[in-house]
Amino acid sequence: MNGSSSHQNGVGIQVRGLRKSFDGQEVLRGLDFDVHPGEIFVIMGPSGSGKTVLLKHLIGLEDPDAGEILIEGQPIQSPEVMSKYRMAMVFQSGALLSSLSVGENVGLYLDEHRLHPPAEIARIVAEKLDVVGLKGTEDKMPSELSGGMKKRVAIARALIIEPQLILYDEPTSELDPLSAVVIAREILHLKDRIHVTSLVVSHDRDLAFGVADRIAVINQGRILTIGTPEEVRRHPDPLVQEFLNADFKRPPSPLELKSEPV
Amino acid sequence: MFQNIGEMVLLFWRTLLALPLTWRQRRKVLDQFFEIGNASLLTVCILSFFTGGVIALQTGPLLVERGLGSYVGGVVGYSIAKELAPMMMAILIAGRIGSAMAAEIGSMRIYQEIDALRTMNISPIHYLVLPRLVAIALALPLLVTIAILGGWLGGLVVCAANDHIAVSSAAFFSALRSAVDVQDVANGVFKSFMFALIIGVVSCHQGLTTRGGPRGIGRSVTKAVVNSIIIIVIFDYLLTRILMT
Repeated sequence: MNGSSSHQNGVGIQVRGLRKSFDGQEVLRGLDFDVHPGEIFVIMGPSGSGKTVLLKHLIGLEDPDAGEILIEGQPIQSPEVMSKYRMAMVFQSGALLSSLSVGENVGLYLDEHRLHPPAEIARIVAEKLDVVGLKGTEDKMPSELSGGMKKRVAIARALIIEPQLILYDEPTSELDPLSAVVIAREILHLKDRIHVTSLVVSHDRDLAFGVADRIAVINQGRILTIGTPEEVRRHPDPLVQEFLNADFKRPPSPLELKSEPV
Repeated sequence: MFQNIGEMVLLFWRTLLALPLTWRQRRKVLDQFFEIGNASLLTVCILSFFTGGVIALQTGPLLVERGLGSYVGGVVGYSIAKELAPMMMAILIAGRIGSAMAAEIGSMRIYQEIDALRTMNISPIHYLVLPRLVAIALALPLLVTIAILGGWLGGLVVCAANDHIAVSSAAFFSALRSAVDVQDVANGVFKSFMFALIIGVVSCHQGLTTRGGPRGIGRSVTKAVVNSIIIIVIFDYLLTRILMT
């Protein structure tokens, strides 16, 4: 999946008629969309709408029942794509290997594929950890890290691949607002720095409208709309509007109602 | 269990194909090997010593009573080498190491660590299954060899120390040497090698197919141990039958 390549820029993705069912329940119902090279494409939708399943298809962890996913025009299942393009995924939980230290987690790809000698790997690991603001944490174990730190280590692990496509699964879930801002900045920074194509799955509206070049809203395995943040914000579909504007305000207490001037 | 046998055979075949990569994974093989040894060596010694002792205690007085005291060494030596050591150690390792393998790989599956490996183009078979299978295939025969010696020692001590048996160490060893030859010990060790492969494949397969959160991990661990033992018992009969011809 991540062999050496001379490509510097992000890759384009085409999704055509993608369908997937689990135990007779259709999770993806014929999705069609394109992601342009180098853009940040955010997929939003309520929980259980099929976002994570879609993401797993886009990195080859799941095989579709029907339809196809093309990376630069080639099917993702093709061995050529796997060896030609570098792709990485940042999992919702971070998915760090709990038996390895932070440094070993980040350097795992280089170490397992014997791409550099150990000293060079240690240098690159330190560099990537510095990029995500976690310099000097190489010897810590994942269990010693907070949720935000785990996600940043997962981003560092993805960066070490020097990816052309990076997939983020709920990158700001379980994070405090400050850590969420750091992650959002990192996503933007990577686009500017290495022109990576970023595909972000999230139901965090602040993150989505803050970083996206384009947004797709998905519900029950179908795409409701795709467009720029402004286009999506103005979309007339009531489901889209309901999702984008859902808000909770505490109802006023009887005491507050009484004290209101008539 | 039986519907998964095809998957297990496939996993075993894929691991065999990955064997040339063992040298690259040597650090993990050694880690696993020492983990198996550390976790089990003392238990193996205690278990085998007392098993040998019990066999001597059960059979010794009966044989001595019938004037066959000189055969005690042979009975203990033969039963320990050919059957008891390989079978008991396999059950012990299935319980201690097979369960640990299934739990570790199962939790890696549940917490998406295996998915993360795949996105980095690292094969879970190369990274997780191969080192475990190679380590257990090396460690179990070694443990069984130690268990055979421990069992013989236990039998020898009981025969010499128990007044109802009172067979000297020299007589015990003489009987053992005349009844048990190298081929018998080799058969026992070979059986343990096959049992090790069964434990490794069944446990790793259960780990890799774990579903459904922490409860799923518990289910996988139980299945790994129970299925390993069932398959080992069936294979024990088949191997014994084949090795007898």
